[in-house]
Amino acid sequence: MGYEFDFSAVLTDQYIDWLLAGLRVTLLLTAGAWALSFVVGTALAVLRATGFRPAVWFVSTFVEIHQNIPLLVQILFWYFAMPEILPESWREWLNRNNSEFILAMIAIALCHAAYISEALRSGLRAVPVTQYEAGRSFGFNYIQTMAYIVVPQALRLSIPPLVNHSLLLFKNTSIAIAIGVHELTYQTRQIDSDTFRTFEIFLVATVLYLVLSFIIMAVGNLAERRLGMGVR
Amino acid sequence: MLEIIQNNWMLLLIGQYPNGPLGGIVATLLLAIAGLALAFPVAVLLAVARISPFRWVSLPAAAIVHVVRGTPFLMVLFWSYFALPVLIGRPLSGFWTLVGALVLYESAYLAEVIRAGIQALPKGQEEAARSLGFGYFRTLALVILPQALYNSLPALIGQFVSLIKETSLGYVISVNEFTYAAAQLNSQLLVQPVEVFTILAITYFIICFTLTQSARWLEQRIARSRQGRPGRREAQPQTDILATEPMP
Repeated sequence: MGYEFDFSAVLTDQYIDWLLAGLRVTLLLTAGAWALSFVVGTALAVLRATGFRPAVWFVSTFVEIHQNIPLLVQILFWYFAMPEILPESWREWLNRNNSEFILAMIAIALCHAAYISEALRSGLRAVPVTQYEAGRSFGFNYIQTMAYIVVPQALRLSIPPLVNHSLLLFKNTSIAIAIGVHELTYQTRQIDSDTFRTFEIFLVATVLYLVLSFIIMAVGNLAERRLGMGVR
Repeated sequence: MLEIIQNNWMLLLIGQYPNGPLGGIVATLLLAIAGLALAFPVAVLLAVARISPFRWVSLPAAAIVHVVRGTPFLMVLFWSYFALPVLIGRPLSGFWTLVGALVLYESAYLAEVIRAGIQALPKGQEEAARSLGFGYFRTLALVILPQALYNSLPALIGQFVSLIKETSLGYVISVNEFTYAAAQLNSQLLVQPVEVFTILAITYFIICFTLTQSARWLEQRIARSRQGRPGRREAQPQTDILATEPMP
């Protein structure tokens, strides 16, 4: 190919600072969206498990909408359309507080909450009914049975899909570049247009993403081995 | 909202075509179909390599799958954008850049779907073929793959939905497709973002939801037809069709 790789051009102090700033935003975005999506996803799964018709209908509509529209479109919608719908005071607050980051975080979190609630639902369904019956016959009420017996097992059964979706969530934070969030992919492009050392800087960024992904996969494997239920 | 559709349906459907490049919904679907058609053979090879008894075949295949699974689609897209023209020695249109990225990324995910399909088949199938005197490759091509691919058809449709959703990222490198057309329309109209992005979202939803529903219907049909056949009752756990879905 005859291309001379020169990493010293992209790994100067200044560009390393840019990369680290991007990495920080990526990690913050991942952490924020991950926490929010687990809270919302669990709430959705619990709502659905009640079996109350309107609740089930609401949750399944939420899930279908978020699973069948590209995440990028959801992010664009939150960025361009949502502020028009929100009340004036909220919009001002958003503009003062880094609106791109917050809106990207909400969009990513809600989209993944749909997947997480589905993962939890299939975990709940995989717990044998006899577990529930056994809990009740020990004198636990519905809530105690769910909290102490059914949900802990369901959570353990859902570890593989939950890890999978955590990894996807981390990777999908890169889509926030579309609305100008200064995350890792954004900074990579900045350095690229500053130095024209395209291959070097994208190689560095890809390796950074890969290392973080492998860490998530490794933690997932560990969780699966320590807490998982194995093959039933 | 209807007025916007009435005035701009051509832009949303086919982009600037025939006065410019093909865009809009038609381009989105063509991108996804081309991506799937080209990724499929690669994925079958990867899946077969992944379950190969030879470690020097299965290890590289596993490495490829893991590296792709650990890389964001956008990174793959930028690699395709910068590196593919250098590799083939001439400039590449946005359309083929995106198809290249889809093939690179989706082959790995499709390979996992196909591998799950192969591993869900009862061991007896392979043993029966081998005892009838078929070699490794004939067993694979004539007995295992036809059944495995048919059984993973619903999951393959699910993967096609993922491809459609991934084509939207062409917007980031200005490929003429549906999201890009809508963004153009939004900057033309300026004051109606809610309407424009609602149209965009609803259209994607209609396309993808129809496909996911037909995948579910097909899955039930296949499950029923397999249960109905005598002598196969003890077979295989059902693979979770959307478990490996990569998704933006």
